[in-house]
Amino acid sequence: MFRSFLGGIHPHDGKELAKDKPIEVMPAPAEVVVPMSQHIGAPCAPCVKVGDLVKRGELIGTSPAFMHADIHAPVSGKVIRIEERPHSGRISCQAVVIENDGEDSWADGLPLARDWQAMTNEEILTAIQSAGIVGMGGATFPAHIKLKPAKPVDILILNGAECEPYLTADYRLMLEMPAKIVEGAQILARVLGVKRSVIGIEDNKPEAAAAMKKACEGTEIEVAALKTKYPQGAEKMLIKVIADREVPMGGLPMDVGAVVQNVGTVAAIDDAVVRGLPLTERIMTVSGDAVAEPKNLCVRIGTKYSDAIAFCGGFKEEPDKLLAGGPMMGMAQFTEEVPVMKGSSGILALTRKLTEHGPEMNCIRCGRCVKACPMGLVPSMLSILSQRQDFTACRDSYGLMNCVECGCCTYICPAKRNIVQYIRNAKGFVRAEMAKAKAKAEQAKKEGAKA
Amino acid sequence: MSEYTISSSPHIRDGETISGIMWRVNAALLPAAAFAVWWFGVPALVNMVVGVVFAVASEYVWQKAMHQPVTAFDGSACITGLLLAMSMSPVLPPYMVAIGSVLAIVVAKQSMGGLGFNIFNPAHIGRAALMVSWPVAMTTWTKMQDMRAGVDAMTSATPLNILKLQGYDALLSTFGGQANLYWNMFIGTRNGSLGETSTVLLLIGGLYLIGKGYVNWIVPVVMIGTVGVLTFVFGPAGLFSGDPLFHMMAGGLMLGAFFMATDMVTIPMTVKGQVIFAIGAGAITVLIRLVGGYPEGVCYSILLMNALTPLIDRFTKPRIFGAGGDK
Repeated sequence: MFRSFLGGIHPHDGKELAKDKPIEVMPAPAEVVVPMSQHIGAPCAPCVKVGDLVKRGELIGTSPAFMHADIHAPVSGKVIRIEERPHSGRISCQAVVIENDGEDSWADGLPLARDWQAMTNEEILTAIQSAGIVGMGGATFPAHIKLKPAKPVDILILNGAECEPYLTADYRLMLEMPAKIVEGAQILARVLGVKRSVIGIEDNKPEAAAAMKKACEGTEIEVAALKTKYPQGAEKMLIKVIADREVPMGGLPMDVGAVVQNVGTVAAIDDAVVRGLPLTERIMTVSGDAVAEPKNLCVRIGTKYSDAIAFCGGFKEEPDKLLAGGPMMGMAQFTEEVPVMKGSSGILALTRKLTEHGPEMNCIRCGRCVKACPMGLVPSMLSILSQRQDFTACRDSYGLMNCVECGCCTYICPAKRNIVQYIRNAKGFVRAEMAKAKAKAEQAKKEGAKA
Repeated sequence: MSEYTISSSPHIRDGETISGIMWRVNAALLPAAAFAVWWFGVPALVNMVVGVVFAVASEYVWQKAMHQPVTAFDGSACITGLLLAMSMSPVLPPYMVAIGSVLAIVVAKQSMGGLGFNIFNPAHIGRAALMVSWPVAMTTWTKMQDMRAGVDAMTSATPLNILKLQGYDALLSTFGGQANLYWNMFIGTRNGSLGETSTVLLLIGGLYLIGKGYVNWIVPVVMIGTVGVLTFVFGPAGLFSGDPLFHMMAGGLMLGAFFMATDMVTIPMTVKGQVIFAIGAGAITVLIRLVGGYPEGVCYSILLMNALTPLIDRFTKPRIFGAGGDK
């Protein structure tokens, strides 16, 4: 049996709402809003003008920066606006608005049929890069960069844990399209030159595990059943449980010879390599107790939340919170105008019944957060010190920067303290201080050079 | 379009609340409290009611006066009042219990910043304050029928008193043999503070708290175990001649180990720290019982370890994931 990680929680998973709903293709909406920042790194600049006619899969945004992922038109039609639009991760962002012509015609030469085994690693990486693939579990790290690790790696881990409550998109993907994932995994294993590939699936999804196991027959890919415990799908926890390696503090998976990719990303990579398709759609869950008919959708990037929710029958109760992603780490949205992006794993609308909790009280030092923290921190002290604005103590004595903001501490806190919020606050301060110090050092260097 | 609430993640919380925890701790004390009323009679009931009422009322008045949100009814003040009464003689005049409750809440809890910021267990501070104020009243026990068969006499000593002043043989003869001694200690038909006598009912309450996850089993086990081992080793007739079973059930150890050494506010937060705390509390208890001037030392041992808690916490931080070293 695999070792587990320390800490973690067992929240009500709410997956029953959408678990048994097969992936439904949502027709492309009349208008899509494509933000120019859908990845970690430099935002793209539009390479089309208002009035241009674009085809599906055509490049519409790119950047000269190393750390970026190209953005493609999710529908065919006319660029009608290029302007600031609401964005689920950063309030607003420049976006290309395309009016759908309903033709859905692909850009020239797409889709194409390729035999990946005849392609060189370089060609495969180029295909992934030019398809604009990012980590689709929500981290949105550009995939082609992750697949060129600076250190030797010997294990590829596919993340099918989907530990966030309510989300069932990866589950349906594994159940319905396991072959795509397996082929994608084989492609990645060859590019990375690893011998061992493991798909980690929480043991509350036995059907998905069975489907993946069947699809993996005859390949070298293993399927690992993981204990159902949040945050099992966190990169560091997954590596710990599957490979029994601990990513060092401040380090990356490649520091312990591992690359982790979400199963959705792997399926998208398969589409990009074998069919030449840029990332223009994704599978996501629209759920929550306020949604009339929770569903798993295959939606175009750029679909507004309002359209996706309308496709799921609208609201049956008044929602209190609209979330991009899951309830543990997702971001609260202020408007339904935000569009679906590459990293959008779910749209959740929760009623007050689920989101309400009593007023925040003093920490009673019960230690539940210490027990729950998968990173081995003392969240209660971090929250108290941050509240006192003693941010340096947070950083120097309590390992502030190791927090992954998984939310376990806050979920189980009986005093209903907003621990993650305090920690984010402290992190923001520490980062600002670091930036200030760096700028000062550079200034001093410059002056030194002058003198 | 709806108006959405915006806040930092996570967006869902579990159902546990402070008052939920506190009221369940109160519930865990009820069996022993009920037994006290049956065994010691009305004075026990009066003292417990006075303890609770004055604790809750003083918290309420303080919070009103300080313009703080009123949390007097969250169950924590109730625990303080109840524990205080339960850890003192049933014949203590009720006005003293009332003063103890007020001191516990005002001095030990609210003046430190309220629930969560108190360094010391409030009930034990209340008890210690009364101990120095009215030492005679605090060590006057119920007069009860002497257990010796056929002897029509009254005794007003607790088992630990008898042990301290008259020795182990006198203790055995008072209860009519070792088996009788153990049985009476176990079910609670003995003299002592009103809520501390029944080992079995305190165990039931403690097990409930352990089952609920509010108490780590290791704390009472290590504290009581430490007392057992040390009292056996340092027995009255030389090394390894002690009576650990008696010492483990005597005095306020069961009450203290399950309900006070486990008070989450005043003990370390990590398991490692809690073990250190429990060993220290057990060892100091034995030191006071065997060497010190008082027959019982649970109250002071826990208070002393409370004082060390911030220090223990500082040195028993968990290992951060990825930090290397022992896994």
